[in-house]
Amino acid sequence: MTVPFRLVVHRQDARPPASAGHAVQFFLRVPTELEVVEEAVDLVARHCVASGLTPRRARFHLRVMLAEALTNAIVYGNAMDPQKQVDVRVVLSEDIVTIHVQDEGNGFNPAQIPDPTEPDRVERIDGRGLFLIRQLADEVHFNERGNSICMIMRCA
Amino acid sequence: MSFTVRKDDRKGVLVVGVDGQLIVGNRHELKQKILDSLESGEKKFVIDFSRTGYIDSSGLGVLVSLSKKIGEAGGELRLAGLNEDLLTLFELTKLDTLFAIVESTDEALAAF
Repeated sequence: MTVPFRLVVHRQDARPPASAGHAVQFFLRVPTELEVVEEAVDLVARHCVASGLTPRRARFHLRVMLAEALTNAIVYGNAMDPQKQVDVRVVLSEDIVTIHVQDEGNGFNPAQIPDPTEPDRVERIDGRGLFLIRQLADEVHFNERGNSICMIMRCA
Repeated sequence: MSFTVRKDDRKGVLVVGVDGQLIVGNRHELKQKILDSLESGEKKFVIDFSRTGYIDSSGLGVLVSLSKKIGEAGGELRLAGLNEDLLTLFELTKLDTLFAIVESTDEALAAF
């Protein structure tokens, strides 16, 4: 029998980037289960509604980006190991939403991920997740180990 | 999230609606529904996205896989009801070149 889980959001004041004024951040610990991705995405997206993102970006882009990042963290990062977790940290400042997703894996080299829109790759069934994140976010960064992605969306 | 299936007997087309998201957590359900129908002899399919929130890359991957399998079986797949956001995903990934995409289910049915 599967034990129901609860996603808990912790809010606390964050030290904003120098130009960003007041900021709030919240944290979410997500189990390594693909079935929870939709619920985790919904929860984060609901907390970003008042972020200043355009409705389209808050409703759609943020959800797709986060779903991709969580899926990558669960499948490739944590290799579906139920003993491992994925940590999500979201910082809402006046003009920027920053989403960090970190897994417990060994990391990867994002520069080695091929472009899925190359003619010989378009018909593949996989390999589009990171590409979509890069297309939908304003900036994407990784830590040195490659197990944490930082996705930045600007409020225009 | 759920999937609805109805048969348009006039055109002999199976119309599958995606209510909610098509993502990593439910993509296999859609795939299995359509593969079961393909095995039962259905050849013409429309997937209706007019009630869909978002699709992730796993969902896109399942659509690519289904397109191949339906094509190999001599069938045809059309995608209908994609809003501007969803269409953007197909354009960004160039999958709009791979699929027959039409505005509505009615249009898809008329084209069969």
